[in-house]
Amino acid sequence: MNSFVDHTVNGLIVGNIYALLAVGLALIFGVSNLINFAHGSVYTVGAFIGWYAITRLQAPLWLTILLVIAGCALLGMAIERIGLRPLAGKARIAPLLATIGISFVLDQVVQLIVGPDPRALPGPLPNWRLQLGGGTIGALDLLIAGIGVVSAAVLYGFLRFTRLGWAVRATAQDRDAAQQMGVNIHAVNQSVFAIASALGGLSGLLVGMYYNNISPAMSFQATLKGVVAVVIGGVGNVPGAIAGSLLLGLTESYGVALFGTPYRNLFAFLLLIAILVWRPNGLFGGTKKLPPEPLTGTFIAPSRPIRLPTWAWAALVGVLIVLPLVVHAPYLLQTLTNAWLYALLALSLTLVAGTVGQISLGHAGLLAIGAYASALLALDGHLPVPLAIVLAGLVTAGLGTLLVYPAFRLRGHYVSIATLSIGEIVALAILNWESLTHGPIGIAGIPPVQFSNRLIDAGPGFYWLTLAAVVALALLQNRLLGTHLGRSFRAVRDDDVAARAHGLSPNRYKALAFGFGGFAVGIAGALTAHLYSYINHETFTSQISILALTIVILGGMGNVAGAVIGAVALIGLPELFRITAEYRMLIYGAALLLLVRFRPQGLLGTH
Amino acid sequence: MPTNVPANVPASPEPLLSVRQLSRRFGGLTAVDAIDLQVAPGELVSVIGPNGAGKTTLFNLISGLDAADAGQVQFAGRDVTDAGAETVAALGLARTFQHGRVFANLSVLDNVLVGAHSRLRAVRPRAPALLSALAELALALWRPATVRHEEATLRDDALAIVAMFGDRLTPRLEHPAHSLSYANRRRVEIARALALKPQLLLLDEPTAGMNESETTEMLAIIRTLKERGQTILLIEHKLELVMQLSDRVLVMDNGRRIAEGRPESVRNDPAVIEAYLGHSGVGRTNVGAPVALAA
Repeated sequence: MNSFVDHTVNGLIVGNIYALLAVGLALIFGVSNLINFAHGSVYTVGAFIGWYAITRLQAPLWLTILLVIAGCALLGMAIERIGLRPLAGKARIAPLLATIGISFVLDQVVQLIVGPDPRALPGPLPNWRLQLGGGTIGALDLLIAGIGVVSAAVLYGFLRFTRLGWAVRATAQDRDAAQQMGVNIHAVNQSVFAIASALGGLSGLLVGMYYNNISPAMSFQATLKGVVAVVIGGVGNVPGAIAGSLLLGLTESYGVALFGTPYRNLFAFLLLIAILVWRPNGLFGGTKKLPPEPLTGTFIAPSRPIRLPTWAWAALVGVLIVLPLVVHAPYLLQTLTNAWLYALLALSLTLVAGTVGQISLGHAGLLAIGAYASALLALDGHLPVPLAIVLAGLVTAGLGTLLVYPAFRLRGHYVSIATLSIGEIVALAILNWESLTHGPIGIAGIPPVQFSNRLIDAGPGFYWLTLAAVVALALLQNRLLGTHLGRSFRAVRDDDVAARAHGLSPNRYKALAFGFGGFAVGIAGALTAHLYSYINHETFTSQISILALTIVILGGMGNVAGAVIGAVALIGLPELFRITAEYRMLIYGAALLLLVRFRPQGLLGTH
Repeated sequence: MPTNVPANVPASPEPLLSVRQLSRRFGGLTAVDAIDLQVAPGELVSVIGPNGAGKTTLFNLISGLDAADAGQVQFAGRDVTDAGAETVAALGLARTFQHGRVFANLSVLDNVLVGAHSRLRAVRPRAPALLSALAELALALWRPATVRHEEATLRDDALAIVAMFGDRLTPRLEHPAHSLSYANRRRVEIARALALKPQLLLLDEPTAGMNESETTEMLAIIRTLKERGQTILLIEHKLELVMQLSDRVLVMDNGRRIAEGRPESVRNDPAVIEAYLGHSGVGRTNVGAPVALAA
């Protein structure tokens, strides 16, 4: 019983912290229809401002809180200015991608300033605990609860009784009407970003004090938790976001009590998928109506693809084939091999996100499925490695399509959120399903690729193997796009309602795209596993998913050649210039941001 | 009811489309309220009514994009009340959309070719869903002679359909649809619907946003289709066009049917005049009403 009270208190406190995050996300979605993926980064910045104030400035708590609020509010205004305002009128997914770029940049900047290691955030609070029923409540718990209640009250007062608050609510209800009545939309957006970010930063400070631990790597999880809470409550619904946060906090707390800590996040994401599938408008939202107008959820900038003549491609491939014979440059080969592996991933994503318009943020999960499938088939199933690789491709195609299938009924932002969480679920399943995947230990001693007696390990052999896979799959994908099937893919992307009215079943074509694309990713994952000889649940992080999307946008969405060229540019160039890892992530984030803003059609144009 | 038909009169042909007591509610609003409608093969029936009368909702229900709360829809001898849009399209129903829903990044030709989707046999073998999908993928990669032949036939069909619109679309075959003028996008939609070789064609305001000469051109095209025996259900605000083309007219207001019949009889129906001119008695001789005050 004691522990039940403790778990309830813990759940409510954690839920309260999530609420500070989620309210901001809900406010931002309300006025600008944007799921702000940089929100978790603001939270991290808030935590580090707090750390600086407490440990370096020796500031009292009230001053620390004020500094966090001021600093994060300014940051939020900057995010609105850079990530949202210039993208007005673009595809609705554009600002979402821009905020992903901003979050990469912010996280890396924080990491460059303070270093990647976690550090303690000692709260300047007395260390007493209050006996309550069977459990205890500490001073910090009361502070968190107090800040939660005060923030909610201030927010309510602002929205209800101030002119700006009225403008915010008017904008949330009907943006165009509000604008015509003289509401300054930019001012509304900016103030909402300021408020949301101040709350987000405060949340970061409180979490840091609660766990006495902060690190630059905590942004992504924070964004995800906030998004989960918001989706549970109904996107854009502020009271719903608070209720969703408390529900999420309690679910996690009880889940951890029953099954152990590793399952904490698994519960959060399974809850998210269940809500998206059964109640996409959230627990407190109404039922959905038929969308009256074509949706512009796809991120396809109208453009004409640039086409190179066939002989030019043939010549290029010829040069790449003889490259290892004429130059002795192991480092160059290794870099290009890595680029080819990413090219396979990008081929898949450009089909799924570009040609069929499903912006997947979970492709790293498919990569992991392919890697584990091949490694286990070769190690535990004793299959020859080439056979294991091909089977891994098929397993990824089937399993990946099956996993994403529930998300096919979703549109726009929701597809991205769902695929993102499916990617996380795959990683968590790998971590927890120890009897199959060896859990956190990972799989070691994965055999290298071998054809009969010929060993193909790193070096020219593996370079040719990956190059062959890229060329073969690119040619097949190109062939596919030239048929009626390719036309059907693009019709589903451009307008799924009109497509249905002409007899196309969108789910069938989304499934075919994920299936065909899944095969390519599975092969990429499998090759990676046999190249590295060791994989674990952290080999394929969600950063890889985002990087793959950046590659695809750089090359031009849906553009087969663009995917390969994008991979060479983003993987190969930083490697050749020997840019260190932290700066590389910074470059990727900045590249995504700049592309979305200035060249959404990419280098070679969309198809 | 064939039993009621006298033996010496030839039985009227089975209606192609039969809508019975169809209703759709959105919250407190009944957008379509117990509508009955029959369309016989070869007929052109128009649905008119003020904005918000429920015409487009009726189209959405018939074409399977929206689900009815009550009532029945039969098409081509099958109950399609709960069928999805894909199924209804496969049975031979094609439609256009009020605000235009072309595939913006597809070329004009590709738009029309997608319209023929439900007629394709070689690229899409009939089998249980999963097998059929896998076979469709395999055939797209392999492209045997049957598939290539079907694609070529389809292309000829599409070119013939596009040619109906004179030189409006033919010079722009390879242009992406988003680059077209509004009127041309409407034409692409109609061409795309025709590519399905529909038994029944639903046109939702085909002349919206068109000027007078473009409207006349569209009228000629619809008339040609009718002469070819195409069955058409038409929503249109330009009454001139409706009166010239329709065999029958259904008038809706507030989701209900307020009149139905031949164009000339509907035109003079007082209920119709009231619906179009307003509900407050304008246009009526209203004895004792404050009309005189206006002077």
